[in-house]
Amino acid sequence: MSAQVGGGKSLWADAWIRMRREKLAMVALGIIIFYSLVAIFAKLGLIATPWDVEVAGAYAAPSFGSLKTIMGSDIFGRSVFYKVIHGTRIAMSVGLVTSIITIPIGVVLGALAGYFGGLIDEVVVWFYTTISSIPSIMLLVAFTYVLGKGIFSVYIALGVTSWVTLARLVRGEFMKHKSREYVVAAESIGAGHAIRIFRHILPNVIHIVIINLSLQFQMAIKTEVILSYLGLGVQGQPSWGVMIDDAKLELARGVWWQLTAATIAMSFIVLAFNIFGDALRDAFDPKLKMAAMPRREDGKK
Amino acid sequence: MTAYAIRRLLYTIPILFGVCLLIFLLFNKVGGDPTYQMLGKHASLAQIQELRHDLGLDKSDFAQFIDFLKQVVTFDFGRSYATKQRISEMIWAGMPASLSLAIPAFAVETLLAIAIALLVSFYRGRLLDRSIVVLCVVGISISALAYILFGQYVLAYWWGWFPISGYDQDLFQRFKYVALPALIWVVVGLGVNVRVFRTFMLDEVNQDYVRTARAKGLNESVVLFKHVLKNAMIPVLTYVVIEIPFLITGSFLLESFFGIPGLGSITIDAIHNSDFPVIKAMTVIETLLFIFGSLATDLAYSGVDPRVRLG
Repeated sequence: MSAQVGGGKSLWADAWIRMRREKLAMVALGIIIFYSLVAIFAKLGLIATPWDVEVAGAYAAPSFGSLKTIMGSDIFGRSVFYKVIHGTRIAMSVGLVTSIITIPIGVVLGALAGYFGGLIDEVVVWFYTTISSIPSIMLLVAFTYVLGKGIFSVYIALGVTSWVTLARLVRGEFMKHKSREYVVAAESIGAGHAIRIFRHILPNVIHIVIINLSLQFQMAIKTEVILSYLGLGVQGQPSWGVMIDDAKLELARGVWWQLTAATIAMSFIVLAFNIFGDALRDAFDPKLKMAAMPRREDGKK
Repeated sequence: MTAYAIRRLLYTIPILFGVCLLIFLLFNKVGGDPTYQMLGKHASLAQIQELRHDLGLDKSDFAQFIDFLKQVVTFDFGRSYATKQRISEMIWAGMPASLSLAIPAFAVETLLAIAIALLVSFYRGRLLDRSIVVLCVVGISISALAYILFGQYVLAYWWGWFPISGYDQDLFQRFKYVALPALIWVVVGLGVNVRVFRTFMLDEVNQDYVRTARAKGLNESVVLFKHVLKNAMIPVLTYVVIEIPFLITGSFLLESFFGIPGLGSITIDAIHNSDFPVIKAMTVIETLLFIFGSLATDLAYSGVDPRVRLG
């Protein structure tokens, strides 16, 4: 990231080397890349298109005859396999767009609060305590009502409600860093506030953002499923939540494949993000360099 | 202690104001005019104006905000759009059902998680510890909806161990219906809790006093049960105390799936019916419970750990 002195490795190179040694983390990264590719190809219409045509009779059981029917069909005879692929596209896009909204808000507010302190800090802390005092599911419900149902509302609602953790973490790091020697040195050679915040401190705390991103992504995926299940999320598109909602009535008829397919597809990506997030945290955590300390959980003060 | 308590209490005032303002803005202003939804497409102008007057929507924004604050303070949120019942009565009626599910489930979940966390910290770093940690991560990654659907299908429908859904107002009969949702509650929550409690315990295991206890020749189980457990209970309690107020509002998904007529079911029904006043009332209640829950947690914590008061 920054210039190297005397052959020392940067935090990033160091972390990457440690990550490489973790086989499980690499498998998780592989799964994340695979899901991303599936999502991109589905978005471009290269695979599983069209998903909304009949490929078999209603509720055809899974058969290995062709790829389309490998996971059976739904009530309209549509391919469950194709629906799972498009569900992947929705889930990954929710994770991505939410992160794009969350990161700037969380980083900027957290940085300003932690760096300047005083009144700015009070206001930012008041603002995020207010938002986080309202249970997130109720806030999400309120937002989707206000904005209307649909995937766009899910993006906005998730983005607006989930920056709090990141802002908290970034604020804490900025408070620690702002009086360190390198920042004082930067000030003494005439660096202004903006330079000190963005050029000097931010690169040293940005790994917090990356670790948080991994957790954020899987939270967004899980929340989208719940919202779509409640009928507040994705409309008219195959989301895993909608598929699970459909499955509610199907199970009694012995139709288990739609629920199973959506659940497994979702579990693997959430699991991959969980494992990858843990590995990232371990790789960036300097404490581990000193001793084999037990892992600390996130979300703790 | 008193100084800290007063400071902490004063700090909740701006937060209370903030959440009231935010909920008011979301539901009363940005959410739009409910008269259209209530009267349908063919309402006359006179009808609309009359309803707007009844609902107080023709007043100024400030007057409407004061009305809303009055609702919050008196716990009188008017009537449901869907059922025309008084919302405060709906809430009182739903609370026992929610608590019948939530209290046993919460108690079992917490005690079991503490026991497992203690067990794995005894075998820390060994195969049992590592496999339970992996199991927790896998368990967390599966959607709660999947546990509910498969649990209901396999255990209730297929094997017939439990009733599929329903509820009985009788004090003892109800537990027949509550057993399966409570079991699923425990399974869903256990992974997260075990992982968190395990770190709390391992934080203590690395402390100097534990080394001293070992050095004077105590065996490992005495160290764990007498020393580590006692100290680890402080973070464990702070972690679970915050959940206690929410036992009143119950679980949305479990209640609606298993037909338990608690506050969770009321909320889900309100969401499905776009029943604005009920959603608003539930949001306010959940928020107040959270604010007072964290207030109680902080005060309790400062009683146990004097360092907090200085911060």
